Amino acid sequence: MREINEMLQNKVKELLDNGTVDRVIGWEAGDFCYDMAPAMFTKDNVDELLYNGFCGANQSKYLISESQKEGKVLTLLKPCDTYSFNQLLKEHRFDREKVYALGIPCAGMLDVEKMKELGITGILGISEEGDTIKVKTLYGEKECKKADVLLERCKVCKGNEHKAYDELLIPAEEAPEVPGGADRFDLVEKLEAMSEAERFDFWRGELSKCIRCNACRNVCPACSCRTCVFDNANSGVAAKANVDSFEENMFHIIRAFHVAGRCTDCGECSRVCPQQIPLHLLNRKFIKDIDEFYGEFQAGEDLETAGPLTAYTQEDCEPGIVMEKGGGM
Amino acid sequence: MLKLALEKANDLFAAIAAEETLYLPIEKSGQIDFYPYETDAKVRLDALHTVKSAKDLFFPQSENLMEFKMQGKTIEIKEPKRAEEDYVIFGVKACDARSFAILDRVFLSDPVDTYYQSRREHGVVVALACSRPEETCFCNVFGIDATEPEGDVVTWIEDGILYWEAKTEKGEALTTKVAALMEESDGAGVESQKTQVQAIMEKLPLRGLDLTRFKKDELMNIFNDQAWEQLSDHCLGCGTCTFVCPTCQCYDIRDYDTGNGIQRYRCWDSCMYRDFTMMAHGNNRKSQVERFRQRFMHKLVYYPNNNEGIFSCVGCGRCVSKCPISMNIAKVIKTLGVKAHE
Repeated sequence: MREINEMLQNKVKELLDNGTVDRVIGWEAGDFCYDMAPAMFTKDNVDELLYNGFCGANQSKYLISESQKEGKVLTLLKPCDTYSFNQLLKEHRFDREKVYALGIPCAGMLDVEKMKELGITGILGISEEGDTIKVKTLYGEKECKKADVLLERCKVCKGNEHKAYDELLIPAEEAPEVPGGADRFDLVEKLEAMSEAERFDFWRGELSKCIRCNACRNVCPACSCRTCVFDNANSGVAAKANVDSFEENMFHIIRAFHVAGRCTDCGECSRVCPQQIPLHLLNRKFIKDIDEFYGEFQAGEDLETAGPLTAYTQEDCEPGIVMEKGGGM
Repeated sequence: MLKLALEKANDLFAAIAAEETLYLPIEKSGQIDFYPYETDAKVRLDALHTVKSAKDLFFPQSENLMEFKMQGKTIEIKEPKRAEEDYVIFGVKACDARSFAILDRVFLSDPVDTYYQSRREHGVVVALACSRPEETCFCNVFGIDATEPEGDVVTWIEDGILYWEAKTEKGEALTTKVAALMEESDGAGVESQKTQVQAIMEKLPLRGLDLTRFKKDELMNIFNDQAWEQLSDHCLGCGTCTFVCPTCQCYDIRDYDTGNGIQRYRCWDSCMYRDFTMMAHGNNRKSQVERFRQRFMHKLVYYPNNNEGIFSCVGCGRCVSKCPISMNIAKVIKTLGVKAHE
């Protein structure tokens, strides 16, 4: 990772120096070893740009506001970020002319929350040694397996191929092996196999934790409405009040419906949820159903394929089939 | 001081819960928050924090303030009952315990908020000293001793023993009800735990945050500081920091149309939201940089200016660990604090 970071710094400096771009959205170090934060860099501060195993956040959504500014911005895209990039572009949400995309390699990103769940707390320093993560804590040295503390999206990695870029930092054939391996529909199938009552209890338990912070919505690249329906004062709902359980359920389900067919399964919603509600499972249920009803489709894979829910064909399944298959999740 | 073997803690909880509602850090669907005790509840006294702070028990996220019922040409006005029965909040850490004093200055000053007041009067706080601070903790910056929390009763858990000490009249009253379950102790375990935890506090990465610039005469300089732009640049405008914060106290009052009447409720509001303080004039804070600035000006400048220099932050670190973009009050203090008298 240290080598990649150096290559990245040099490349970014080159693109700033030769005038290809005016600024860069990247990551800077925080107070700890894991709290990498999005930051804007120019020639003056580019030395502070840092790329490491905690740069899991999908920064594509920033392109909406960035491409409204003067000048050209450089975006650093991990392979999975390119799906959101394409999807936003397909929906005409940012100006491609004002963005330069550099594809950067990724070997799987880490999730500090998973470390904490393993009882590794008081974290002061983290180093990767092959498959092992070594952690220095206030309470001594700890260790865990990298595979156990990967971000959810990395466990079901889409692969190391960039689906959009102007330039790649390293040639495609040298891209690192990605972790992945897990089936992203495993849990969805488990939920489908539950009885209605069990499934209802599962989602009631999860969704009743919601504190209506709206982080899932605000971070979601597919949630790009300028004014959300839940922010409409005349709608009769308050986006910030957990007034009754019905509303929390409906907020998340309506949101999942709204992003269906456009959600790339980037997993940001679950990553940012302060209550760790597995919101991505709602989206994956839609993805799985869409795959079954309309044929396999991955949002953001390219710029051309029409979305299954936006294109009509005579072969489209009838709603009755949906019902026969057991309806919702 | 009294003590009880930790394995018998359930007896203690059951005894309290038999008389009053007992709120504890309980794990549900993988996350820990304060919930009422039930016999099969997964009590998690080992956790650093609940996701939502303990303020929820005095100042709930949503509550009905009033109800209007329409029948023909008459309107019936119903006011909900205030809290009338005592209840116990067990396991409040020093940071959250201090937040009550900060909220009191808002809700108990004239005009007194009677909804909050009745809960404060009836709520008995059983605090729990920290035994395992984490890197996100910085309560010491605000003069809080994690090993000696404020509360009606203070407890410590060390080496399988729960130590219990009443600190107020309310605490004594609760102790009388459960004392039979416990035995006298000299509190030796407590002293050794304090020494250990204080040594850890000395190693916390955020322990040295410097607040000297955040004074009244710096108000306009801090307000106009160029750094707000860069600090707020990537803020998502979500409400996570405000909703997990033990001292955030802003709320909105709204009417819900029930079809044949109105439910007037209040709910936590967030200065990070764009409809915050939206009124007919339409001139509320228009940009995220203004909204972001408001949150930290309130905690670090406005509140202390109005409250004898007391900051409206207790260093619990929830915003530090929960912000989706890793922006937080510690970074704000570091960035703005160093520019003393520029």
